[in-house]
Amino acid sequence: MKTRYSFGGDEHIFVEVAEEMSLEAFFKSLFMTNAVQDRNIDGVTEICPANASFQIKYNPDIISPDEMLATLKKIEDEAEHAERKIETRIIEIPVFYEDPWTHETLMRFRERHQDPSGTDLDYAARINGYDSVAKFIEAHHSAPWFVSMVGFVSGLPFMYQMVERERQIEVPKYLSPRTDTPKLTVGYGGCFSCIYSVRGAGGYQMFGVTPMPIYDPNQEISYLKDFLVFFKPGDIVKFRPVDRAEHDQIAADAEAGKFQPHIKSVSFSLDEFNNDINAYNAKLMEALNVN
Amino acid sequence: MSIKVKSAGLATSVQDLGRPGYYNLGIPLSGGMDRFSLRVANMLVGNDEGAAVLETVFLGPELEFNQDAVVAVTGADLPPKIDGELQTSWTSLTVKAGQTLSFDFLKAGARAYIAVSGGIDVPLALGSRSTYTLGALGGFEGRNLAEGDVLPVGQSNANSEAGKFVPADLRRLPGNPAELRMLPDIYWHRLTEKSQQQFLDDTWKVAPEADRIGYRFRGGKPMEFVEREQPFGAGSDPSNIVDSCYPYGSIQIPGGTEPIVLHRDAVSGGGYFMAGTVISADMDLIGQLQPNTDVRFIAVDMQTALAARHERQELLSKVRTSLD
Repeated sequence: MKTRYSFGGDEHIFVEVAEEMSLEAFFKSLFMTNAVQDRNIDGVTEICPANASFQIKYNPDIISPDEMLATLKKIEDEAEHAERKIETRIIEIPVFYEDPWTHETLMRFRERHQDPSGTDLDYAARINGYDSVAKFIEAHHSAPWFVSMVGFVSGLPFMYQMVERERQIEVPKYLSPRTDTPKLTVGYGGCFSCIYSVRGAGGYQMFGVTPMPIYDPNQEISYLKDFLVFFKPGDIVKFRPVDRAEHDQIAADAEAGKFQPHIKSVSFSLDEFNNDINAYNAKLMEALNVN
Repeated sequence: MSIKVKSAGLATSVQDLGRPGYYNLGIPLSGGMDRFSLRVANMLVGNDEGAAVLETVFLGPELEFNQDAVVAVTGADLPPKIDGELQTSWTSLTVKAGQTLSFDFLKAGARAYIAVSGGIDVPLALGSRSTYTLGALGGFEGRNLAEGDVLPVGQSNANSEAGKFVPADLRRLPGNPAELRMLPDIYWHRLTEKSQQQFLDDTWKVAPEADRIGYRFRGGKPMEFVEREQPFGAGSDPSNIVDSCYPYGSIQIPGGTEPIVLHRDAVSGGGYFMAGTVISADMDLIGQLQPNTDVRFIAVDMQTALAARHERQELLSKVRTSLD
């Protein structure tokens, strides 16, 4: 990994930690952005961690571009020695795979897809070497995910699956983006899963929907009263498949203020994880499922 | 006091200087696209420079006032009318109770800023009154204005008076072709040298897809990329990168064909490489570009970018002095 610093005009520094995605790159980006946050640097206005990069917006009248750059390089030196461990939370997200809403939408935009003859799931399963959609769906929800970036629009999480590189699912985006995506669609593009927080344009393949709202500008949903965005980088997500009946029940409960997401606090150590990924994930699942 | 929206225009929204601090969650700055004109409109009516105003694009609204107020219209050349009578822009005007402020056809620029003494008093959302329509956040009910809306107006202060005026040499609209200065960096190295030069030599045209999120340009030659094996997670197109943050003003070129410059309602990140970033001093100009306008991208270095930024600040202080 070779960190590359560049200037985004006179108000941003863009730092590419690595060209390719990895949890190592994400952890370094998260550590460095947390360090910038902790230093409370005068003139810094936005601190944005991303998957394998990050960006700082600053006021060059207060801190000069060169000074900002020097500060970040100093922080990088410290990052080399940091313990790769975070205190975070694991969240269970219900997903209704193969739902009627994304199905209707994907049929409507079929001419923009690589394979107009099937569904997005048919295509993704096939190109990733799964012999059935059911097995592909199982791979999508059986191992947990790291929220490695929040953005695009309104609290949308990008998630990276916590499995070996060989097991990573990869799918291209639509040939040309759709003008419509149902709210709360669980999507996939590159090596990332996402949840569309609001209805709108999008280019990711569509696999299902979650009944659990993740963005509420009116802050009326019970668990979004304190803040309108649910996710933050570093969250760990476990998808749980649900059927139509459970989907509708959770959606109704959320609407009525009765739904509480299933969340547990956990520590995560990247080195222990890398030592034995399956065993570590099993431990995370225990932590999630303990009463 | 309040203002009744008799007709809303094409896309009129409440904007102030924006909502910094939430870009890491995909909630952009928002706020006036032409911040200079927004500030000056507020100065003219005696408001704080960052008070909430109306930003209107191409076609102005019709607004009925229920009390006397001082108003000013800046930015695009969209001549204001009071009860049908033509008025001057960049001037503080009195609107009497019961009168209607409307607009003549657009003559130049794209976005006008309508300041009212006291400011548009919609509730603060995350510290700002700016409208972010994609996230249904802030402004008037999180959306553009619609016919029949009634906008609350704040208490005006003692500085509000009609007859203040900003002379033409203290205003700024894009030329033709418009020149946008940019700092080549970020993923500029992904383009071949020939393609870099071509990008700067070409004259681009503003595409119809131009809004608060970003401005699209077409008419230049397609990009040529330096060959590489695509990094893991980036996607297969040579214009793809592992999804990253997008600076405000950054120039992405999806598929290597049509550049998009992100603006105040920017999507905060995505998977397209960026050729560089429009410098802060020229961001206001983008908000004043009409579709089909010719545009050239001019490569500059950091020193030039900072000098241009300083010039813009000087211009603003000159306006402040001239109105004191």
